[in-house]
Amino acid sequence: MPDKPDRNAIEVVNVSKIFGSGEGQVAALDTVSVSIRENEFFTLLGPSGCGKTTLLRLIAGFDFPTAGEILLYGQDIAPLPPFKRPVNTVFQSYALFPHMTVADNIGFGLEMLGKPKAEIKARVAEMLKLVKMEALAGRRTSQISGGQQQRVALARALAPQPKVLLLDEPLSALDYKLRKEMQIELKRLQHETGITFIFVTHDQEEALTMSDRIAVMSSGKILQVGSPWDIYDKPAERFVADFIGETNFLTAAISGIGNGKARATLKSGTTIEATVAEGFQPKGNATVVVRPEHAKLTNSKGDLSGTVENVVYFGTDTHIHVQLDSGEDFTVRQQNTRSAGCGFERGDKVGILIGNDAAQVLKD
Amino acid sequence: MAKNFSIKHQPGFTAIAATCFIVLYLPIIVLVIYAFNAASSTSEWGGFSLKWFQSAWQNTQVVDATLRSFQIGSIAAVLSTIFATMAALATTRTAPYPGLTFKYAAINQPLMVPEIVTGVALLIFFSRVKIFTGYSGIGYLVAAHTAFCIPFAYLPIRARLENMDLTLERAAADLYATPWKTFRRITLPLLWPGILAGLMLAFVISLDDVVITEFVKSGGQDTLPTYMLGQIRRGITPEINAISTAFLLLSVAIVTLFFFVSRKRD
Repeated sequence: MPDKPDRNAIEVVNVSKIFGSGEGQVAALDTVSVSIRENEFFTLLGPSGCGKTTLLRLIAGFDFPTAGEILLYGQDIAPLPPFKRPVNTVFQSYALFPHMTVADNIGFGLEMLGKPKAEIKARVAEMLKLVKMEALAGRRTSQISGGQQQRVALARALAPQPKVLLLDEPLSALDYKLRKEMQIELKRLQHETGITFIFVTHDQEEALTMSDRIAVMSSGKILQVGSPWDIYDKPAERFVADFIGETNFLTAAISGIGNGKARATLKSGTTIEATVAEGFQPKGNATVVVRPEHAKLTNSKGDLSGTVENVVYFGTDTHIHVQLDSGEDFTVRQQNTRSAGCGFERGDKVGILIGNDAAQVLKD
Repeated sequence: MAKNFSIKHQPGFTAIAATCFIVLYLPIIVLVIYAFNAASSTSEWGGFSLKWFQSAWQNTQVVDATLRSFQIGSIAAVLSTIFATMAALATTRTAPYPGLTFKYAAINQPLMVPEIVTGVALLIFFSRVKIFTGYSGIGYLVAAHTAFCIPFAYLPIRARLENMDLTLERAAADLYATPWKTFRRITLPLLWPGILAGLMLAFVISLDDVVITEFVKSGGQDTLPTYMLGQIRRGITPEINAISTAFLLLSVAIVTLFFFVSRKRD
């Protein structure tokens, strides 16, 4: 469907990547399919070894898939070498050329494309301005700080105006404050250039704050694709719920499915309403998740009851760990106020109220 | 200090070190001193003089052999460095594969096979080639020197390549550089200090060779070392000391030059 506003920039179709052969062979990617829309900030999120970097390398052309197609605006680029793909990469180590100046690094891609000198000069100046590095154009890359190297790496990858920009954990080498700054900077750059960004990270917080959509990966498979809100609030599987943020897992008997909702009878005997992913028909026992901030502690009887085990102060909020009467653990997150303490102590008998729409049934 | 093991504080360390230095350097110092001897003996001091340097300088055979050494050395150094660079790229820029160890062995063969064996083998081989081709020029010496210089040029180049970040070449390819452009613009400039080191090492090794040259050379193809060996058979005069001293200075100069060149690049 060409010329539609949300057409796909990249389509990964049934891609597998197998390393090694015979006994020692490992499937880094196992029949993965995903579509990445034009102009979106798309994140591949997962623990190390989940296949996210492998997928990025296949899109960049540093490696070739064992099976499947990678379409860039409908054209299969999987067999092309990297220098024939209109796709640029920001490397984790930045990979700036140490024997060239900042400006020469930024201009390298355009020079290789055979652009006229005047055009390269103008574009390099524009890129230097975009990443606020005008003053350091003549420096060697070894003479600038890590954060500045990061900016040069970005400018170098953006200069040839790629159709898609790939970012391989580019912020992992920066300290906390600089990383926060660069997260905002990256969002701004993506907005200003209108280029599709594919971002790889293992940092769930980074993924949630920056992405338009996230694909959560584990063991060479994509488990769930959705907006940060989808991924956080409506995790489809246990791995996703566990990997993104903190959550409580409860065993429940499921009955009465309909309209995306089900009735879940918890071990305490209480029945609550829980969301069910579309098309999923749980039978018998299933796992229900409740985020710690979506539950409330009370001194009277709640949906669940238990004993406070531990109270941990976090500044903005307090985490209260409760041992349920059913034997399960449950954490409640309570917003702090300046005037009063959290009101609960170790050993208190408490009830837990689960808000409407707070529970989600997992596929497991 | 006492708790940490330090070789400097072992008994006898100073004595052993001093002995080693004396054995290594005393003969060279004596050789250099007698190069300035006015007498024609290498054991009796007859006052300071530069006459042996002058006599070596005016000896056409010495000048001739020196020029030939330089000629062979520079051609062999350049050729062996080119081969060594290609070999180093081929053995570091691919994933390890069966037979790689064998290739290392093949490249480093001149380090393992005794020189005398190579010398005899080349003598026999080249005598056949001479019969077939009728050519008896300096090419045989250049070919032999190139062959045994390859491992010496190979080692520093490979060391440099192994320390080089592969992502740089990947980044160049990502930025539309073809493999040849990547080599020209990224790999070669970063490899340059290693190549220079290999070149100088190969040159010094070629300059210094006696055994293989002795077997391969035809009549009137003396290099400086083989000429000196020939002279010593007829009795030693301080002229040999003077030539050796000049040779020593040259080697020191090349090594020093290399040291500064490689330091400046890093």
